[in-house]
Amino acid sequence: MTENNTNDNNEAEGPAPERVVGTPKVEERVVSETPADPYDDHDGPYRAFETHARPEEVQRRGEKIASVWFLLAFLGGIGFLVSYFVFNSEEIADPQIAQYSNMALGGTLTLALFGIGAGMTVWARQVMPHYEVHSPYDELPSSEEEKSSFGTFFMQSADESGFTKRPLMRRTLILAMVPLGLAPIVLLRDTGPLPGDKFKETLWENGRRMYVEGTHRALRPEDLENDPYGMISALPAIDDDHYPHGISLNDQAKSVILLIKMPEGDWKSRMTEEIEGTDGQTRLNWTHNGIVAYSKICTHVGCPAALYERTSHRILCPCHQSTFDAADAAHVVFGPAHRPLPQLPIGVDDEGYLIATGDFTEPPGPTFWEYAKD
Amino acid sequence: MSKNTKAPKALRGVGNYIDDRFHLAKAGEKNLRKVFPNHWSFMLGEIALYSFIILLISGVFLTLWFKPSMAEVIYDGSYERLQGVPMSEAYASTLFIDFEVRGGFLVRQIHHWAALIFVAALVVHMLRVFFTGAFRKPREINWLIGVAIFAIAVVEGLFGYSLPDDLPSGMGVRVLQGVMLAIPLVGSYISMFLFGGEFPGEDIIPRLYMLHILALPALLLGLIVAHFMILWHQKHTQYPGTGRTEKTVVGTPMFPAFAVKAGGFFFFTFAVIALLSAFVQINPIHLFGPFTPTSITSGLQPDWYLGFMEGALRIFPNWFDFSIGGYPIIIGVLIPGLGIMGLLFGALAAWPFLEQWITGDKRVHNVADRPRNAPVRTGLGVAGIVFYGVLWMAGSNDILSETFSISLYTTTYILRTLLIVGPILGFIIAKRICLGLQRRDKETLEHGYESGIIQQLPSGEFIEVHKASSEETEHVLKSKPPVTSTALTEPEVDDKGVENPEARKGRGRFRRALAHWYTKDNVSLDGVRAHNGHHAHDSAEAEKEEVAH
Repeated sequence: MTENNTNDNNEAEGPAPERVVGTPKVEERVVSETPADPYDDHDGPYRAFETHARPEEVQRRGEKIASVWFLLAFLGGIGFLVSYFVFNSEEIADPQIAQYSNMALGGTLTLALFGIGAGMTVWARQVMPHYEVHSPYDELPSSEEEKSSFGTFFMQSADESGFTKRPLMRRTLILAMVPLGLAPIVLLRDTGPLPGDKFKETLWENGRRMYVEGTHRALRPEDLENDPYGMISALPAIDDDHYPHGISLNDQAKSVILLIKMPEGDWKSRMTEEIEGTDGQTRLNWTHNGIVAYSKICTHVGCPAALYERTSHRILCPCHQSTFDAADAAHVVFGPAHRPLPQLPIGVDDEGYLIATGDFTEPPGPTFWEYAKD
Repeated sequence: MSKNTKAPKALRGVGNYIDDRFHLAKAGEKNLRKVFPNHWSFMLGEIALYSFIILLISGVFLTLWFKPSMAEVIYDGSYERLQGVPMSEAYASTLFIDFEVRGGFLVRQIHHWAALIFVAALVVHMLRVFFTGAFRKPREINWLIGVAIFAIAVVEGLFGYSLPDDLPSGMGVRVLQGVMLAIPLVGSYISMFLFGGEFPGEDIIPRLYMLHILALPALLLGLIVAHFMILWHQKHTQYPGTGRTEKTVVGTPMFPAFAVKAGGFFFFTFAVIALLSAFVQINPIHLFGPFTPTSITSGLQPDWYLGFMEGALRIFPNWFDFSIGGYPIIIGVLIPGLGIMGLLFGALAAWPFLEQWITGDKRVHNVADRPRNAPVRTGLGVAGIVFYGVLWMAGSNDILSETFSISLYTTTYILRTLLIVGPILGFIIAKRICLGLQRRDKETLEHGYESGIIQQLPSGEFIEVHKASSEETEHVLKSKPPVTSTALTEPEVDDKGVENPEARKGRGRFRRALAHWYTKDNVSLDGVRAHNGHHAHDSAEAEKEEVAH
């Protein structure tokens, strides 16, 4: 290439059918403002000091190595196709075989891809010359003449258009845009209902029995008294054929509770304080025979606070480690939660089943800005 | 090497056909000649680009089978252990991809691994650009586009993680909703509108799906194209070296060498992702089970790039929560859930302009800084990394606590302390290391490098012979720009004795203080001449020669 510099050879500029793509006309060349720069915009082949051709034997070895890689890649590709058909869709239902299939497909694919990558790299590093080409960065900014010419032209044309001169037209156009701009935002209104009381009301009501979560078995106080861990996760006892669990995920997310059996004498002071807005009621009035019910949904950002340490009566949310004291009205003893887990008032009905005696008095779930307002 | 520079007839035919319609010969040649400087760190952005391409390809495959529906179905597919379990169609169709589509598991793994590597490559690429000052004029706008790509990529990843509707992914959506609810005045409305009602509702997965496969990728693609057009137009930065100047870029031309190298690198990137996907299981959703809002497992981890937000949510206490008229301002959720994100992306976006304001440097920079030559910037970058790193560690504080048998609460207190102390220490140490390296550079420039040869002088003194550095080294060392600021060089009082009104105002004084902090301690190369000043060695060389004679 270097010994055949066609830069100044105008043969290529002949009639159209002979035109060689990529050969610019000499008169079209942009004349740089700094012609003294030796690395000026340069056409034609790269100059000798910019290309360092590899020795012939290196090139020949490179060609061989690259070919070996490409052959390996070919075999990998074939292997991928074979692996696809070796396992049929029924076999991969077994997780173990699915894993073998995954490894066979992935392994052969890796070989195919790596082979092509490695071959191309050898090609670039051993067969091709090593280039160290110089090229100028564009001059920034434009020259003063160019800029002022642009500015003059722009302002003239803007004036001609009348946009600056005719305020009535301009302002009415902007005015016309405003409602159109609002339209897409207004259209979003029906993406969901307004909150209303939806965060505050759950399926719990006076007389509602409770199912052990995941079953249709109603709970009695004895279930907890005999439970060695003293903690059961429960949902409102409703049988709705529409939902396998009786209630929808939305209702589960709000109404799931933790029932905890507290040994006699372990209650702390917040349980006996009078609850605001009731006449003389305390949190203990909301318990039954040492059993207390709290919302299971953490008041931080809504993970289920599912871990209970029996000896310290602490409820721990495994997501962000908010810790609530079950013996002390679920008071936050550690972590980021803003407020205690809401307590559900409970009792027993005539048949001896555990029931709620009302809904939560505070919305369960993540704390939101208007949670305390009715 | 062929001496025939005429293109074959068929190629000429195609070329002329295109050129007759688009007049592309000149522009085409210019672009084929485009020069890419060589350095390993310039490949980081390439990894991000290639991972993105792999994401697009693998993502299209997944859409062929995935059903973005939250309708509840009883699973009767071929994965035995979950048969009869109620779950969303989204989860059931993901199981279908895993256990009934051959290669489906692999494509899902490739998609997930490519996402992790995409964001990781973005982050490391941004760190390279930050530490070498490649964001400086004229590339500030491309830096901002990069920050936007990073931010959207994180959200895009979170939404993708949420789609299979397995237990951890559903919990991620729950945390998102919990954070949203904490926003004063509008939180409960935003949540209702986004979820189409209460959590989890039946709308969130179809909506996230649309955002994940259409809106956000389109936005990302647009920004990535803009990023590349700007890069193409402005050309790459380069590291200092012989022949590399602010006006001239040196490197490999697009055609043929860079095209082949980059093509090979694409296949390498894809190969690594395929290898990980084949042998490192990352998303065994069949083991987690379907999402229910009432169940949880401990040790839950989000994808790595959300670890810092998860960590912030874990270690930020509720001490600063307060209420106004019965309406709580839940600082304990707002700061870690939204504030930290805002701080991260805001600080990244603001830094180029802040630095320019401090230094008053309005020049065009095409030669990248060596990180040691901008010690305050490097120190701040390291402080940022430490801050991010501590939050990221905090995202697994339960696992740390268990692994090292430290109580969970103690772990949290340690991490809270580290979050404040760590970045300060990181800044100080990084800055000191930079200054130490600057001194060593100065020494090397003056005296050459230590050759490892010990000589005894006739006087009995032992010396180590220094040898002259190579021309390249000398060039690199001399490239160190003086760290100055116009705030410090502008005279406070002009020649008529009038105080500079800018400098007198509070803002001006603040800028001077910042400029002083930014520029102080730097090692000046003023008056340093290469290989000059180690006379003892020179004389030793001379004496040695004499002895030889």
